[in-house]
Amino acid sequence: MSDAIATSAAADGFEPRITAFVCNWCTYTGADLAGTSRLHMASNVRIIRLPCTGRIDPLFIIKSFERGADGVIVSGCHPADCHYNSGNYHARRRFAVFHDLMEFIGVDPRRMTFSWVSASEGAKWRDVVNEAVTSVRELGPFQAYRALAPKDAGVAAPTGPSAEAVTQAEAS
Amino acid sequence: MSRIGVFVCHCGENIGRTVDCEAVAAALKDHPGVAFTEDYKYMCSDPGQQLVKKAIEENNLTGVVVAACSPHMHEKTFRRACDQAGLNQYMCEMANVREHCSWIHEDRGEATAKAIDITRTIVEKVKHNKPLESIRIPVTKRALVIGGGIAGIQAALDIADGGHEVVLVEKEASIGGHMSQLSETFPTLDCSQCILTPRMVEAYQHPNIKLHTWSEVEKVDGYIGNFNVTIRKKARSVNEDLCNGCGDCQAACPAKRIPSEFEAGLGKRTAIYVPFPQAVPNIPVLDRQNCTLFKGRRKGLAKDACGKCQEVCLKGAVDYDTEDTFIEEEIGAIVVATGFKLYDIGREQPEGLKGYGEYGYGEVPDVIDGLQFERLASASGPTEGAILRPSDGKEPRTVVFVHCVGSRDPEKGISYCSKICCMYNAKHAMLYKHKVHDGRAVAFYMDIRAGGKGYDEFSRRAIEEDGAEYIRGRVSRIFRDGDVVKVWGYDTLSGEQVVIDADMVVLATAMRPQDGVRELAQKLSVSTDEHGFINEAHPKLRPVETNTAGVFVAGACQAPRDIPEAVAMASATGAKVMSLFSADELEREPAVAIVNENTCIGCMNCAKVCAYGAIEQREICTVDGHVCGHVAYVNPGVCQGCGTCQAVCLSKSVELQTFTDEQIFSEINALCYWE
Amino acid sequence: MTEITAPPRPMMTDVAYYPGCSLHGTSREFDESLRAVAAELGIGLTEIADWNCCGASSGHTTDHLLGVALPARNLALAEAQGFDTVLAPCAACYNRLSAARLAMATEEGLAEQLPDILGHQFANSVDVYNAVQLLRDASATIEEKVATTLAPNPLEGVKLAAYYGCLLVRPFEVCGYDDPEQPTSMDEVINACGADDVDWDMKVECCGGAFSVSRTASVLRLGRAIIDNARAHGAEAIIVACPLCHSNLDLRQKAMAQRGEEPMPILFVTQMVGLALGLAPVDLGLGRHFVDTEPLIARLVQRAAERVVAEKLAKEEAAAKAAARTAKQKVGAVASSGGAQGGEAQ
Repeated sequence: MSDAIATSAAADGFEPRITAFVCNWCTYTGADLAGTSRLHMASNVRIIRLPCTGRIDPLFIIKSFERGADGVIVSGCHPADCHYNSGNYHARRRFAVFHDLMEFIGVDPRRMTFSWVSASEGAKWRDVVNEAVTSVRELGPFQAYRALAPKDAGVAAPTGPSAEAVTQAEAS
Repeated sequence: MSRIGVFVCHCGENIGRTVDCEAVAAALKDHPGVAFTEDYKYMCSDPGQQLVKKAIEENNLTGVVVAACSPHMHEKTFRRACDQAGLNQYMCEMANVREHCSWIHEDRGEATAKAIDITRTIVEKVKHNKPLESIRIPVTKRALVIGGGIAGIQAALDIADGGHEVVLVEKEASIGGHMSQLSETFPTLDCSQCILTPRMVEAYQHPNIKLHTWSEVEKVDGYIGNFNVTIRKKARSVNEDLCNGCGDCQAACPAKRIPSEFEAGLGKRTAIYVPFPQAVPNIPVLDRQNCTLFKGRRKGLAKDACGKCQEVCLKGAVDYDTEDTFIEEEIGAIVVATGFKLYDIGREQPEGLKGYGEYGYGEVPDVIDGLQFERLASASGPTEGAILRPSDGKEPRTVVFVHCVGSRDPEKGISYCSKICCMYNAKHAMLYKHKVHDGRAVAFYMDIRAGGKGYDEFSRRAIEEDGAEYIRGRVSRIFRDGDVVKVWGYDTLSGEQVVIDADMVVLATAMRPQDGVRELAQKLSVSTDEHGFINEAHPKLRPVETNTAGVFVAGACQAPRDIPEAVAMASATGAKVMSLFSADELEREPAVAIVNENTCIGCMNCAKVCAYGAIEQREICTVDGHVCGHVAYVNPGVCQGCGTCQAVCLSKSVELQTFTDEQIFSEINALCYWE
Repeated sequence: MTEITAPPRPMMTDVAYYPGCSLHGTSREFDESLRAVAAELGIGLTEIADWNCCGASSGHTTDHLLGVALPARNLALAEAQGFDTVLAPCAACYNRLSAARLAMATEEGLAEQLPDILGHQFANSVDVYNAVQLLRDASATIEEKVATTLAPNPLEGVKLAAYYGCLLVRPFEVCGYDDPEQPTSMDEVINACGADDVDWDMKVECCGGAFSVSRTASVLRLGRAIIDNARAHGAEAIIVACPLCHSNLDLRQKAMAQRGEEPMPILFVTQMVGLALGLAPVDLGLGRHFVDTEPLIARLVQRAAERVVAEKLAKEEAAAKAAARTAKQKVGAVASSGGAQGGEAQ
C-alpha cells in the first residue's frame, strides 16, 4: 500500500472529523511507530489516549458524536495481548452490544471502527485511519445531533447530504 | 483557577518543518486557563528544560503542557523538570504533535490545525489533573523460592548472598531436582552431580536460607512486599533435629522393593529412605503409602506390624505419630521455580493429551525415556553406569533414540518444541558409544536444534567422532518381536522405509510442567498457558516476571529450558528481587483506581472484571460495630491502572487517577467540532 | 486414553442396512453371514431403498463435495425411511458414511448445500455403525446364546487374531468408538464367542487395500507380514470385518504362501459369531473362500466334540470319586458306631 494520503476527496470538499480512543500500550505505540516510520496518512483523526480499551465507557463515543464527530475509532491490543490481560476483551464485548444500540439511537454503525493494532503495526494503524476516513467521508457529515450543538457556536454549514438524511429521504 | 504553561517544541526540523510552532503557541495564548506560552527549538535539552522551570517559578504555573514528541519518549523528562521546579509532576502532560502529527502529514495548514487541536485537548485535560503522590507500600525483605531444583537453588543463593532471607520450599525429600538424576550434562559432559551438589550444600548451609524439604506451599495471601505464606511441612516421620543421617533405618527396613522415583522406576528403594546418597538434607523420609507399619494401621491392626526403623535408630529420631505441620512466613517476593516432568506415553493422560499407542503405550519393556537412560548411564545408578536393558539385564547392541516424542505434535496435544532433547539425545548416543564401542546408536530426528554455545559442535561430535547414525524421519511403530524391539521408521532423505531390530529404544519425551502447578498458580494469582507453563509478563522484555507484581518465575516451569538458561533466569529473578528489596518502601505510580465509598453501592462488578484481583469487599460499619453495608476497595499496591473497573461501575464511584471521566470528557469536549 | 465419542450401547434391534457395492458382490458371504446372525440375534435389518454407491474408491479423491454428497444421500434416505442408525458392514463404506456425517456436522456451509443436491431436507440425524460395533453391543446376547446352544461351541478356547485394518478405527475423529492404535472392540466380540483373542502386532497395519490390482506385489508383502505375525502369536484364524482385507488376505494368500505352509483361514466376524451360535457353515457362506475353511471347521468341531466327551468323562470320574468318598465315610461311621452295637450283636 502506498504512503499517499487518501485522496478520494468528496466532490463537495467535505472532510470528516474522527475521534480515536486508543490504548496506551498497543495502538498508541503503534501510532507512534507509524510516525517514526514517516507513514503519511489522512489528517482527520484526533487521538485520545487511554490506559486500556477496557477503560472505554460507551458514553465517550456518544459524547464524541454529540460534539460533532462524524466518526469514531476504537483500537486496542490484539486478543490475548492486552497489557492488562483482559481489558480488550471487555471492550470488545461492550462494543458488540453498543453497536446495536448505536443503530437504535440513530447513528449509522458504519461510522464506528473497532480494530486491534499492536505496538509493532504502524502500517496497520495508517490503513485503519485511511479506511475509516474514506468510509466516513462517503457517509457524509453526521448531522443527527446537530440540534445539540452549543447555542452560541457558529455552526459551520456542512456540505453534502449525510447518510442518515439519505436514508430518511428514501424512507419517506 | 488554572494557570497552565504551554511549551511548543520545534524539535529542530522534525516538528517545525511541517507545523507552524509559533502559530500553535499563539493560538493557545488566549485560551482560557493558559497563563504562559512559549515555543523553542529543543524543549528536551537542558536549556529547554530550564525554560520550563523558569516559567513555572515566574508565572506560578499550576500545570504544564509540552507540545512535542510522544509521552513515551519524554514524559518522564519533563515531569522530572516540573518536580525540580516545585510543581507536582502529575500536573505535567505531553501533547503528541510529532509522531501523531508532523511526521505523518505533509500539508502545513492541516498539520498546524491538528497540532493546535491536540494541544488544546491536552490543556483541557490538565485542567482536571490532580497533584498526586507516588504510592508507597512497605516491603518485607524476605523471599520465598518455590522449588529446589537448579533454578530454585540459584535464585535462593543469589538473594541470600545479597543479604536477604530466603525461604526455600521443596516438595521432595531432597533438593536437587532433575539435574541430580542426570549422569552428565551437555555440552561439557560435566558430571551433573559434581557440579550440582556443591550448590546444594551451599544452599543448605547458607545462614540466610531456610530450607523446607518434603514441604509444599499451602496458601498465599497478600500482595507485593506483603505476602503471607502458609507452608505445609508434610509428616516426615523423622525428627530433622535428631537425625544424624547414619542410614541404619534404611538398612533395617523390610520393605525393599518399592520402585524408586529417583531411579525413574529402574531401581528399588525402601519405605524409609533418602532418595539418593548425596541428598540434601541427608535426612530420610518415611513413605507412609508403602510402609508396612502404616499399611497395618490403615487396615486397623491392633498391634503395629513393623517398627524396625524406630528400633535401630540410636538417636530416637523416628516418630510414627508426626502429623503435617504448618508454618506461616511473611514474604516480600516470590520466585516460582517448580521445574518440569517428562511426558509419559501411557494410556492414562490428563485432559488434552493423548498417549502413544503406536509406541506401545509405555508397556513394551526396553522402551525407556531420557531420565531412565540417565539413570542407566549414571555411575551411581541401578546398573552402576553399565548400559544394560531393563528386561533381561543384557547389554544392548543396538539402541534407537527417537526424537520428538510428544513434542511438536499437535495431534498428541503438545505443539511446542522441548528444546533440550536434540542435545541430550546426542549426549546419550555419545555416552552409549563410549561404553559400548561396537554398539550401534541410531537416532531418528526431525530437525536438529542445537542453538546454544558449543551446542552444534557437540551435536556434530556425536555423529562425526562417536559414529551415531542420524536418520531424518519419524518412527511409525515400536513393538516387541520376540527378543528384539522392532522399530519401523522412515528416512526422508533417501526416501526409504527403515526397519531396525533394536535391543533398546530411548524416547525423547516432551518436557511438561510439574503436577500441581495449575493449583499453585491459582494460589499465587499467576496465569498459566494452555500447556500449564507459567505465563511471563512479556515474552520479549519481561521474561522472569509474571503479571502478578512480586511473583517471579525461573526455569523450566515457564517453558522448556536447559540448565544455563534456568540458571540465568534464576539469577535474573534474584536481581529483580534484590531491586525490590533495595528500599524499605516500594514506590508505585499513582495511576490506580480509587473508590468513592460514599457513592459505592457494593455491587462488586469492578471486582469481577479486575484481572489482578486488586479489588476486595469492605464492610462499612456503624459506630457501634453493626455491618450496615459493603463497598469495594481497590488495593493500591496491586492495582495496575487499566480502568476496566471504572467502565463497568454502575454508580460511577471508582475513578482511575490520571484517566478520570472528567479528564477524558474534557478532552472530548475540547475536540468540539462545531466551530 | 483418547476420549471415546461413540461408546457401547444396548443391542440394536432395528437398523437400516447399507450393503454397498461389495456385500452384494465380491463379499456375498459377509452379507449372508450377517443376515443369518442378525436373524439369530433378533436384529432387524432393512436394506435402504434406492441406495447408491458411497464413493469409497474414487468419489472422495475427486471432489470434496461429491465425496460428501454421495454418502449423504444414503444417510438422507435412511433418515427419510424412518431409521436412526445405518449399518454399513463394509469398512470403506462405513468410513465414508461416517466421514460425510462428520463433515456435515462440522464444516461451515456444507450442510446447507445438501438439500439442494439431494432435492429434500436432511437433518443429519442418522448414526453410522459397522458390523464390529453392532456385534460388540450384542456381546451379552451372543454370550447368552452361546451358552444355551445345544451343540458344543466349536470356538471355545480357540485362538483368533482380530485384524482391524485401516478403515475400521481411523481416523479417530470419524470413527471414535475404539483406540486407533490398539483397538479392542473386535477382540471383545471374539471373547463373547468363547474364543481367545490373540495379542499380536499387526492389528491395524494396512493390507494394501485397493492396491490389490495395481500393486499386487506390495499387497503380497504386506499380507505376508500380517499372516506371519498372526501365526507367530498362535492364531488359528484371522478375523476381519472388511471385504478388501478379506480379499487381500484370502484371495491373495496362495500367491504369498510358501511351500508346505499351513494355510491361515480368514473369517468374517459375522461368520465367526455364526459358528459360535451353532449356525451351519453353508448358511454363513464359508464355502466361498479361497482358503478352504472346511479343514479348520472340521478340526474345531472335532475338538469341541472331544472336549464334550472329555468333560463328560471327567464329570463321571469326579462323580465316581465323590460317591466312593461318601461310601467310605458311611462305612467309617457305621464301623465306629458298630463297636457298641457289635458287642450286642455278638
